[in-house]
Amino acid sequence: MASTATSCAPTGESRDEVDGVIPATRRATFLRLLSLTAPFRGRMLLAALLGFATVGSSIGLMMTSAYIIAKAALHPSVALLQVAIVGVRFFGMTRGVFRYFERLVSHDVNFRLLARIRVWFYEHLEPLAPARLEQYRSGDLLSRVVSDVELLENFFVRVLAPPLSALGIMGLMWFLLRAFDARIAWAVVAFLLLAGVVAPLIVRRASQRSGRAYIATRAELNAAVVDGVQGLPELLAFGADERYLAQLHRLDRESARAQTRLGHLAALNEADTTLLTNLATVAGLALAIPLVSAGTLDAVFLAVIATGIMASFEAVQPLPLAWQMLDSSLQAARRLFEVVDAPPAVSDPGSPQKLPGSADLEVDGLWFRYQPDGPWALEDVSFELGQGRHVAVVGASGAGKTTLARLLLRFWDYQRGAILLGGVDLRDLRGDDVRRDIGVVSQDTHLFTATIRENLLLARPDASEQDLHAAARLARIHEFITRLPDGYDTWIGEQGVLLSGGERQRLAIARAVLKDAPLLLLDEATANLDAITEREVWQALQELMAGRSVLTITHRLTGLDAMDEILVLRGGRVVERGTQQELLASRGQFYRLWTLQRGVLAEG
Amino acid sequence: MKIDKRLLAEARIARLHLMLTVGLGFLVGLVIVLQALFLSRAVSSVFLGGQELADVKGVLAMLAALALLRAALRWGSDASAQRLARQVKADLRGRLMACIVSLGPAHAALERSGELTTTVVEGVEALDAYFSEYLPQLALAVVMPLTILVFVLPLDWISGLVLLLTAPLIPLFMVLIGSAADTLAKRQWVTLSRLAARFLDALQGLPTLKVFGRSRDEAATIARISDEYRRTTMGVLRVAFLSSMALELLATLSVAVVAVEIGLRVLYGRMAFADAFFILVLAPDFYAPLRLLGSRFHSGMAGVAAADRIFEILDQAPVGTSSVSPVASPSASASVSPVASSEVSSSVSSALPQRLPAPDLRRTPIRFEGVHFSYETNGSRDGRRRAALAGVSFELPPGGKVALVGPSGAGKSTVVQLLLRFVAPTGGTVVVGDRSLLELDVRGWREQIAWVPQRPYLFNTSVAENIRLGRAQATTDDVRRAARLAHADEFIDALPQGYDTVVGERGSLLSAGQVQRLALARAFLRQAPLVVLDEATANLDPQTEDSVRQAMTRLLAGRTALIVAHRLTTVTEVDRILVLDEGRVVQQGTHSELMRDERADGLYRHLVRAYGGVS
Repeated sequence: MASTATSCAPTGESRDEVDGVIPATRRATFLRLLSLTAPFRGRMLLAALLGFATVGSSIGLMMTSAYIIAKAALHPSVALLQVAIVGVRFFGMTRGVFRYFERLVSHDVNFRLLARIRVWFYEHLEPLAPARLEQYRSGDLLSRVVSDVELLENFFVRVLAPPLSALGIMGLMWFLLRAFDARIAWAVVAFLLLAGVVAPLIVRRASQRSGRAYIATRAELNAAVVDGVQGLPELLAFGADERYLAQLHRLDRESARAQTRLGHLAALNEADTTLLTNLATVAGLALAIPLVSAGTLDAVFLAVIATGIMASFEAVQPLPLAWQMLDSSLQAARRLFEVVDAPPAVSDPGSPQKLPGSADLEVDGLWFRYQPDGPWALEDVSFELGQGRHVAVVGASGAGKTTLARLLLRFWDYQRGAILLGGVDLRDLRGDDVRRDIGVVSQDTHLFTATIRENLLLARPDASEQDLHAAARLARIHEFITRLPDGYDTWIGEQGVLLSGGERQRLAIARAVLKDAPLLLLDEATANLDAITEREVWQALQELMAGRSVLTITHRLTGLDAMDEILVLRGGRVVERGTQQELLASRGQFYRLWTLQRGVLAEG
Repeated sequence: MKIDKRLLAEARIARLHLMLTVGLGFLVGLVIVLQALFLSRAVSSVFLGGQELADVKGVLAMLAALALLRAALRWGSDASAQRLARQVKADLRGRLMACIVSLGPAHAALERSGELTTTVVEGVEALDAYFSEYLPQLALAVVMPLTILVFVLPLDWISGLVLLLTAPLIPLFMVLIGSAADTLAKRQWVTLSRLAARFLDALQGLPTLKVFGRSRDEAATIARISDEYRRTTMGVLRVAFLSSMALELLATLSVAVVAVEIGLRVLYGRMAFADAFFILVLAPDFYAPLRLLGSRFHSGMAGVAAADRIFEILDQAPVGTSSVSPVASPSASASVSPVASSEVSSSVSSALPQRLPAPDLRRTPIRFEGVHFSYETNGSRDGRRRAALAGVSFELPPGGKVALVGPSGAGKSTVVQLLLRFVAPTGGTVVVGDRSLLELDVRGWREQIAWVPQRPYLFNTSVAENIRLGRAQATTDDVRRAARLAHADEFIDALPQGYDTVVGERGSLLSAGQVQRLALARAFLRQAPLVVLDEATANLDPQTEDSVRQAMTRLLAGRTALIVAHRLTTVTEVDRILVLDEGRVVQQGTHSELMRDERADGLYRHLVRAYGGVS
């Protein structure tokens, strides 16, 4: 799990190297990301402006304060200082106020941006599901995508806003100092650029290797921890626990070493900002003092210039982090773009046919493979599923059963042959229309983190209370639901964790009842259930199956005696077909599976 | 606060780095004062003394040198803080893992393995910022302002007083705001993570949404919920940020107050310009460490939250693991964990002074004598226990083969766990020869067992290394021979890098049947007299089934075996079958005896016929 998420990090990193070589990719990603933020341009500008005003207030506070003290040293009348005193009080107040509004506006932008990216991502992902998402099933890559989205939430506040504010401050300093002397103005701008752009970029470049080493060693460490927790029984049983702990210790030290190297480099950022702030002040003084001696600069402003310069460097302090966040944002964005840029496995026809009235299904010489040059997953499969007929497809895992189900649901396009629904080729129909005709109960029933009612209403949003109860009764789950504390409004936990396997399947059956489609697809509907529950779920299914055309896909050879036809798939081909009786009599593949299964002891 | 104290105690192992960090930070404070001093002198001598650049060149050069020194000291302080964090972290992680190992699989299974992993990986990582940023800053926030104050007070006691009075207000405000904002933040965070979970839910449920033709409506729902969230959160933040505005105001307003106050004193000739400028330059530096502490407060709090869970695990550790640091030296961990790992499994197994060497299982029978076992239910620490075994007795003679059958939850895997010494009986005894199993050296005991679990775990390493788990010192030839015996050589050779192919992620590269054969290869390599085998339930590809069966038969030949059986072919080959139900042996005998057995509840015949009955 954790290893999944992290083990791909090093590859991600090595791809960055390529990015370094082709900055165009980086720029394209950046621009595309920027275009996502476009609707909030006004608010973003406002937030950056407020950030500028915050630091500006500090500069104002320090400069006016210095002015008061310097002017006071010449002992003028108090009246002359009055304006400056008001200024000091003003800037003392405004900084906090600007900061307050800056935080409000930028948080607001953050949330808007997050919502926008979520919706954008979902809308782009929707046509790809489920075919192109297949690869994200394993491990928790999908949740990694979700954290990538979260990461981009900070794209504005951490990446875009600080440079904008800093740019404003540079302009302000240039404008203010130029009033005294252009050379001072240019010198300070140069120092600001050094601290905000040049130094962070140098440190970033120097950190690249350590950064990669750290990510790699950390991924290894994480994988080792996962191994230690999940493989603990094996470690102990085989007496490998000491070796394991020693190895973990070694990995931890390696990772810590890389992290420390990285941290030492990162600490340079803080150190060099401090250094450049002070050097800039010294440089400012060195340039200003001769002007004082020459009489072209009022000596009062010496202190003002010095404090102003010192205060201005606050603007460039967040820039090293911004550069860092830019990198991680671009990486996250690129991963997201990669996901959404995949071509959809199926697209609806330009001028789709209307869904035919008949739901008779005919599969005719069907060939399919996942990759253009990959092995065939289905080879020349044909069968008919007329009104009210029950057909079963059996075979070991990997025989192509699930593939067949996916094709029927029009989640993938086939290469040869045809699937005809009411005489119309599936490829001429809209996917949503096809699926309107098919009810599905599959082994991995997805229940949403919501109430039972919401999960049922998914199948028919306008279903009445009576409809819900009738469906639940038919699925033999109504009794159970009414016994729950909140009945139909019971919260079923994260993706239904609070329900048992049998309860989940019965809810899935109730959904299929509500959907009331003429075709029913049972995709390993009773796998993962113990023998007793399996029998109960089968009983619940019987009523649903009555009067409908049913395609059952299963590797468990139970309840097949009532099937009109059984297809035995092996390596994507139909190797045997007939009724159970015929297949058993012929003593072929089906018979072997059958005897094997009968040799399994029940678990209860 | 108690947690803070414990964390501070953890920092003790890196005491030197902590002292170095704070010491260098203190020096930074001194340099800051010197810088302000030289700066104010330079400006003053040009401004009022009429000196020229040449006159103050030395002072300016000094300022530049101080700038370098300050940067270097600052870096040193930060770098040392990093080392501090790494040391503490490595030590904690090592101890945590040693603790999890010593608590054993029974405990690890009780906790959610994902959560446990997260604690070891990310929980410990969250402490990095605590030790590298928050803790040193906590010290510096006291040391640096005090250093500055020492120089400001004698010059101008009014300014000093303003600083002195406002400074404690900042941490005070911070704690007040912190705790209030914390509750708010936590609540918001919960909503936020719910929102994220919902988004993930929608993504994972996309196929289902599609099947029901509802996938397109979901985008609008996501937008609506996100927007609602934004509105309520902003409502909260409008208030929450007010308090941090107060904090900000406090710092800037006191600078303003100080500036006006010293300005007026200079005006009336009661203070020299140089001194006043000196104070003004120092004022922001006075508040800087306090502000920095504020911004690091959150990483500190995150660390404390993580520490909560870490200490909770460490506190469950048996005596010995928490006081000895296994990371300090790997050999130390080695000497601690074997004792510990044998010790903990259950509260019953009290520390025994001496470990007897395990007798040779080729000649020694194993007997379960009225063994009971119960476990705490679902992590509840209220002492409620559920019985898994209620008085099980049987004998496993050398070379004998016993099969366990029964419905799920009957107690079959508990028998295996007891035999592997992952847990200790809560009643009765497992007797080996004439000794209780608990008295034996656990390492020597397990060395004589080859275990094939039902769902073998594959480690994130090569196929060869995974097999070598069976015997660490095995040669490559040994490994290959074992793979051959397990019928695993063919598919291994077909893997991209053969025996060097890295598997892992629970072997997602391999099918269940292949994983099983790797586990069998481990067992072959082990060359142990006792085989404990938990047969896989589902695997109905006839080819795989055949090769697994052949390998199994070969492994069992000439060895003592305890088999959790799921196959008819298996039970017909053993000497004795124990039928378990609800923690008791309800029937026993050979297959044919049991099939003839008309009385009892006929559980065995029911189990055998369950599938036959369906057709």
